[in-house]
Amino acid sequence: MGIRFSHYDPEGFYDELYEEKGQPRPGSTLLLRKFASLPEGELKKRQEAAERVILNMGMTFGVYGSDDGHEQIFPFDIVPRIVMASDWERIESGLRQRMRALNLFIDDVYHDQKILKNGVIPSELIYSSKGFLQPCMGLHPPRGIWCHIAGIDLVRISDGRYYVLEDNTRCPSGVAYVLEARQVMKRTFPELFEAYRVRPVDGYPSQLLETLRSLSDLPDPTVVILTPGIFNSAYYEHSLLAQKMGVELVEANDLVVVDGSVHMRTTKGSQRVDVIYRRINDDYLDPLAFRHDSVLGVPGLMESYKRGRVALANAPGTGVSDDKAIYAYIPKIINYYLAEEPILPNVPTYVCSDRRDRTYVLEHLDQLVVKATNEAGGYGIMIGPQASKQEREDCARRIEADPRNYIAQPTLALSRVPTLVDDHLEGRHVDLRPYVLYGRDVYVLPGGMTRVALRKGSLVVNSSQGGGNKDTWVLS
Amino acid sequence: MLSRVASSIYWLNRYIERAENYARFIEVNLNLTLDLPRGTTEQWQPLVATTGDHETFADRYGKATKEAVIQFLSVDATNPNSILSCLTAARENARSVREVISTDMWEQVNRFYLMVRAAASKGLSSHNLHTFLTDVKANSHLFLGITDATMSHGEGWHFARLGRLLERADKTSRILDVKYFMLLPTVAEVGTPFDIIQWSALLKSASALEMYYKRFGRISPDDVTAFLILDSTFPRAIRYCLIKSENSLHAISGSEHGSYQNQAEKRLGRLRADLDFGDLEDCVAGGLHEFLDRFQAQLNRVGDAIFETFFAPRPIHSTIAGAEAQ
Repeated sequence: MGIRFSHYDPEGFYDELYEEKGQPRPGSTLLLRKFASLPEGELKKRQEAAERVILNMGMTFGVYGSDDGHEQIFPFDIVPRIVMASDWERIESGLRQRMRALNLFIDDVYHDQKILKNGVIPSELIYSSKGFLQPCMGLHPPRGIWCHIAGIDLVRISDGRYYVLEDNTRCPSGVAYVLEARQVMKRTFPELFEAYRVRPVDGYPSQLLETLRSLSDLPDPTVVILTPGIFNSAYYEHSLLAQKMGVELVEANDLVVVDGSVHMRTTKGSQRVDVIYRRINDDYLDPLAFRHDSVLGVPGLMESYKRGRVALANAPGTGVSDDKAIYAYIPKIINYYLAEEPILPNVPTYVCSDRRDRTYVLEHLDQLVVKATNEAGGYGIMIGPQASKQEREDCARRIEADPRNYIAQPTLALSRVPTLVDDHLEGRHVDLRPYVLYGRDVYVLPGGMTRVALRKGSLVVNSSQGGGNKDTWVLS
Repeated sequence: MLSRVASSIYWLNRYIERAENYARFIEVNLNLTLDLPRGTTEQWQPLVATTGDHETFADRYGKATKEAVIQFLSVDATNPNSILSCLTAARENARSVREVISTDMWEQVNRFYLMVRAAASKGLSSHNLHTFLTDVKANSHLFLGITDATMSHGEGWHFARLGRLLERADKTSRILDVKYFMLLPTVAEVGTPFDIIQWSALLKSASALEMYYKRFGRISPDDVTAFLILDSTFPRAIRYCLIKSENSLHAISGSEHGSYQNQAEKRLGRLRADLDFGDLEDCVAGGLHEFLDRFQAQLNRVGDAIFETFFAPRPIHSTIAGAEAQ
């Protein structure tokens, strides 16, 4: 007899697979029955087999500042997260709505700024945002779309509803792990896919390619992915996507701007490039336009982009919607541009540059999660209930010194998914990052990356800080 | 294709071929020592000498014992040419061009690397050494087979073959050179069973014994030398390697055989012609070692020309004379 699932206890948290102790949700009954039928120790063997597959596939990610060299093997748990079709329908329409609204907002910010003139968002919030790029004022990317690829982080909390935690509209990463995790699951647990009809994810690369191609008027545009190189933490993803789309993976040194167009150096001379999926941050893109010390960028790229000779995905300047302080206004943004109520709500957010919010935050630091408005990867976060007195005091000082740079949110009781710990299952907190593409229309990848906080009781899911991943199954 | 990518594919294959050949070098000596008459001292110094890394070895190890030489050539991370270093470099090159090689190729390089790394941390003993060397050769063959079967035989594949075969030509010449360094007791011993054992061991390490026998029937130093240098159909023979490398160069540039479009084709063509129109006398008249030494130098110049022609960064000029936009 294998794992005894009647003993699994959600312990008061919303559990994605269990309704209550010992009682699976309808969608996960088949899965858990299958697990229960496995002989003693078999689940652990499958987990180890999955880890071997991952090792052989060379699935790694980079961790900055680690002693172990720069590559770490991808941490994966074989118990999948299941999303019912009905849940997914709502999520998908919410994401479509949000993607459209975000793009209308960005375009407005860099043109007439009607939303500022109508007083919906304070101007100083926009102008003080690190993501707002003055050189992008007045630019016209194809069809007025600035963000073509987004990763929108969702969480489900104790009320069972999905909320948007944050938007990633600059260089969202992780989709490679979604694709590869599915491969790993198919290799280690093929019989589960016979039992369930899981919506496939391997259509993503061709959707992405179509999205990129749509940015050019040419019948057969040359598309490339621009990477900072093999030492970048997301390099594995850059090369996987290039491979699956059949496009060149280039570094800055492979590109040069000649006569206003971008060219790449090949063994047979230069070849013009029409669309660049750039996985380099805005301020490193072009030493002539932004940071002068950038060796990762291409001199003259912005000029070529402004002239419409090359398309960039995502367009420079989208960081203004990535900003966590501006995130707080997105429900208003959806309202303003679409005259609709947000289908997916925001998490309540206190913006420290607002005096009333700031006062509340400073008085309730032990209950709140404080985040820096422009960091990524889970860095710069203070979790109030878990922090020491000293850490909270340091945080208060930072907020007072630079309030614009901080927001705070209540600690959330994130949902959990059963996760293999030694030889039994325990609940671990998860979030969900679906991926959204905007080419001629909005496309949402079914599922996305489920990140799991592997340490007991931890709420930090980022891979750079002890998180792992699970396969995400959207049932059809 | 991108120059940087072509260079990585070329080097990925050079490193894997190099690793395989180092395994063969070690095997030559192991085979030899197993068949030696009792009382003969084992000789490991010649092996180091032929790899050209004798100074590096002397600095780190001093005396050329069997354990030291095997360690140096197989799992020493500070020797840039050791099997371990070659696989590390091969994997880095593969990682940087994952998008042009097939998934099967990448996974094979990765597995190969993990196997070598595991062997290095476990340590090599006489007990597991033979298995390790066999595994290295098998993994290299597997990579070659997967490349042939899953990579389109276009420009990238030709750079792969070019790298692999130029490396092989160089290393086959060195395997042959090891024999030269073996202090042959006396002229009187040439042709004796002892001598024959040494030549057989050499052929075995080049996986050439059976094919050699099919062609020549019995072992003679002259015929073994001729086979390994001048044979045009045995895949590990030097001439074969040059013929096929040259074919790849022409496939890459689109030029006709018998002519040349770049320095690399010119140098390689001449070197190949030397072997096409050469015979054994040409190889041994001035001394076999001297011939092989000269050959290796010329092959290096071919490598230099390949770098200049295909991989070296070059300025791209504006189509509007004199007026660059940026």
